[in-house]
Amino acid sequence: MTALVPLSLDVNDERVDAYVLPRLNLADFLREHLKLTGTHVGCEHGVCGACTVRINGEIVRSCLMLAVQTQNASVETIEGLSDGGEIADLQAAFRARNALQCGFCTPGMLMAAQDLLKQSSVPGREQIREHLSGNYCRCTGYQAIVDAVEATAQARVGRVP
Amino acid sequence: MTSLPTNPDALSVLDRPNSYIGKTVPRPNLDRLLQGRGLYVSDIELPRMAHVAFLRSPHAHAAITGIDTAAAKRMPGVFTVVTGRELAAVITPWVGVLSHLKGLKSAPQSAIAIDRVCWQGEATAAIVATSRAAAEDAAEHVAVEYEELEAVTDMSTALDPSTPVIHGSLGDNLAFERNHTAGAVDLAFAESDEVVEAEFIFGRHTGVTLEPRAVVADWNAAEARLTIYQGTQAPHMVQNIAALHLGLKESQVRVVCKDVGGSFGIKVHIYADEMATYALSKLLRRPIKFVADRVESFNTDIHARDHRCKGKIGVKRDGTITAFEIDDLTGIGPYSMYPRTSAIEANQVVNLVGGPYVTRNYRARARVVFQNKNVMCQYRAVGHPIACSVTEGLVDLAAMKIGMDPVEIRRRNLIADDAYPCASPAGLRFEQLSHHASLAKLLGMMDYDALRAEQAALRRKSIHRGIGLASFIEVTNPSAAFYGVGGARISSQDGVAVRLDAQGSVICQTSITEQGQGSESLTAQIVGSVLGVSMDRVRVILGDTDNTPYGGGTWASRGAGIGGEAALQAAKVLRKNILDVAAAILQSTPGELDIVKDNVVNVSDGAARIELNELARIVYFRPDTLPPGIQPELIATRHFVPREYPFAFTNGVQASWLEVDTDTGFVKLLKHWVVEDCGTIINPQLVDEQIRGGVVQGLGAALFEKCIYDERGQLINANMADYLVPMSGEMPDIDVGHVVSPTLETELGAKGAGEAGTAGAAAAVANAVNDALGPFGARITEIPLTPRVILKALGRI
Repeated sequence: MTALVPLSLDVNDERVDAYVLPRLNLADFLREHLKLTGTHVGCEHGVCGACTVRINGEIVRSCLMLAVQTQNASVETIEGLSDGGEIADLQAAFRARNALQCGFCTPGMLMAAQDLLKQSSVPGREQIREHLSGNYCRCTGYQAIVDAVEATAQARVGRVP
Repeated sequence: MTSLPTNPDALSVLDRPNSYIGKTVPRPNLDRLLQGRGLYVSDIELPRMAHVAFLRSPHAHAAITGIDTAAAKRMPGVFTVVTGRELAAVITPWVGVLSHLKGLKSAPQSAIAIDRVCWQGEATAAIVATSRAAAEDAAEHVAVEYEELEAVTDMSTALDPSTPVIHGSLGDNLAFERNHTAGAVDLAFAESDEVVEAEFIFGRHTGVTLEPRAVVADWNAAEARLTIYQGTQAPHMVQNIAALHLGLKESQVRVVCKDVGGSFGIKVHIYADEMATYALSKLLRRPIKFVADRVESFNTDIHARDHRCKGKIGVKRDGTITAFEIDDLTGIGPYSMYPRTSAIEANQVVNLVGGPYVTRNYRARARVVFQNKNVMCQYRAVGHPIACSVTEGLVDLAAMKIGMDPVEIRRRNLIADDAYPCASPAGLRFEQLSHHASLAKLLGMMDYDALRAEQAALRRKSIHRGIGLASFIEVTNPSAAFYGVGGARISSQDGVAVRLDAQGSVICQTSITEQGQGSESLTAQIVGSVLGVSMDRVRVILGDTDNTPYGGGTWASRGAGIGGEAALQAAKVLRKNILDVAAAILQSTPGELDIVKDNVVNVSDGAARIELNELARIVYFRPDTLPPGIQPELIATRHFVPREYPFAFTNGVQASWLEVDTDTGFVKLLKHWVVEDCGTIINPQLVDEQIRGGVVQGLGAALFEKCIYDERGQLINANMADYLVPMSGEMPDIDVGHVVSPTLETELGAKGAGEAGTAGAAAAVANAVNDALGPFGARITEIPLTPRVILKALGRI
């Protein structure tokens, strides 16, 4: 172990200054230091996608990144996306379609889905399934999630799903 | 929806004008989870909380000859290191047996191993520190001396005289054996035109809940009370067991269960490391948090299945199935799990094989053996996937042998829809099933004949697609017959308390639990419907032994059928109580009044008389204005347990449509259909999503999921990269249909739906793969159907 190092970054548009151990990963920093527990830890090695957050606009597995790598970065978590209203329609579609059961994968799933919807205006079901394949869900079987993302995509371009 | 006739004369409290029953309404409180603002146990922090990490055995079987914790105790942030022997001062060992599983035996198991480890991953020491990271750092400095012992890993040789006995005091490695014979089996086989045999192999797999098991135990020395925050399906069971082994009264233990990140049966048990965490809190007089990491999850969450089952079916040339016979062998690890035991799955296999079919001739043997592998126990659809895959695999093999279509042989042998009530050869009693209606509906949904034509056309282009069918039965709404009769303090009844608050809103406390199935929703839907109150006025409280009635929880597809009926009955009483008060206030009679949309109304013209808000105001704040002698009771509690039938059986049928790449061995799932009959449907969307989620867990078992052990008992794929689970890109769309045969044992009529999907999915896929490989003469009776298994069957490798 080494000494604490200073870290400054923006998290959900708030300035954060902290001292952290170099080995601390970003997921643990968000959860344990900032108490942003919406970022979930499922596998701790970059497979399940539950810890997905956005860094400078790109989705990233926060369990695979060290907190110190986010110096001066802008980090957005599910709490920030929720409060900002950016994914309110996607969340509403998830609610209407029951696209979550236990909800543990949901923050990461929403992050990944929003990332797709920003890249591709009306993705097809195969494309949605492909894009979400890095996010595991053990409850739903995925179909409801695909339905919700598809409905949101269509609503965003003005089509009635 | 096809509705079978029920009792037309029953005046149903569910057929009310603003009923939510049978309607898709969004689950309350989903925003919490959608915004990342749930409260999972892994999120909980308490003042003075310490973290525990467990040092775990690298060996499958070894004697512990010494433990040196001195260096670890000196590490930064470490409060203490506790060995099994030290922890034994505050917690007693346990033996996972139940008296109704005759002959079941197991050995005493400790929270932390004391002088011997029996599987790779068994805890050998607890390191308690300021953080999990500090505890893990220190764990590397605990020196454990092992003397490796021979590991028993192959269940097929576990009973050989030359194989070491894992627990010498038990005499052998046989945990449990059950034999069952019904009818005249030998005669039936002798009179069959064809007899087909096969051995079915089921891989060991596990639940992979996305949130690992997690517990925070908080012993308050001044109150002499332990609060356990745990993601569990059965809070009162946890309360009972924790109290029993810590030497406490149940009143000294409170179990709180907020959000749970997936359960599927994984979190219905009590694990040694959870017991250790409770004990550590008591020993160290502070809150202790344990969250399994993913490697620990794979090594210690219960595994499931791992069966080798020889099966035999007799059939006449006209398609009549004459008999089933099975010989099942399963390995459960070194201990029978506590407190539900590890014999239930094999027992279920014996109960369920042949269950959908008419034949009375059935012989079964099931043997459960110990191994030096992780413990094995009940996971979603306990035993059903084994029984269904064996039964449906045999039926397809028989059909193939006599050249009959798989649909036709089922039509000729499934129990007729008008034959109920009746019993299976294993003695299971069926109230009302609908195999034929379900099959007919399924064939319509999938357009079976067109699919067969498409299959034939594609085959000419060397595209090998297959159709697989699987009929199934499913145990739901278990009575005390499951656990209570065997001496386990696992309640089969549930209770619901419903009360009207001072603003006319409704609070329900229920003993069923929520892990995402929709327990809160179905409770609110039932209570809102019966009371005549809008759902947004109904708040449901669950998962707290201090604040809910006593009950079983949510497992074995029991929440809706049992907890839902308790909610219905409680709401009926509260409704009557409200109308009694309303009649007094309105100078009317209860019979002239009803509650509709939050208002007491006239039955005669529907005119609103008094809002519930106003009624509550009078009751709570101006009782002086009520007529003398009126004492309102705006709370009601009712409990329910099935008494007439030990289990409310459901049924259904699944179909898989897939393509096999005969060069690579890869299987592409194209479509999956399910028709099931869970009786009254409270929320169609929730039922369908339970089915879909269950199917996908079955598809995981069919194609991907397997805990791979080497011959020394080392789990070699204990991480999510190497243990494959279904991903969205590989899963098909799943169409779900229903036939509705309500159980008449309850007013609600609901049976369970949580496990039906898992019960038959793998059987349908295996039959479809064999259908696709028909032209190659390849027959596979093993899951998961990995490319290697398929290419081997094709003779390509």
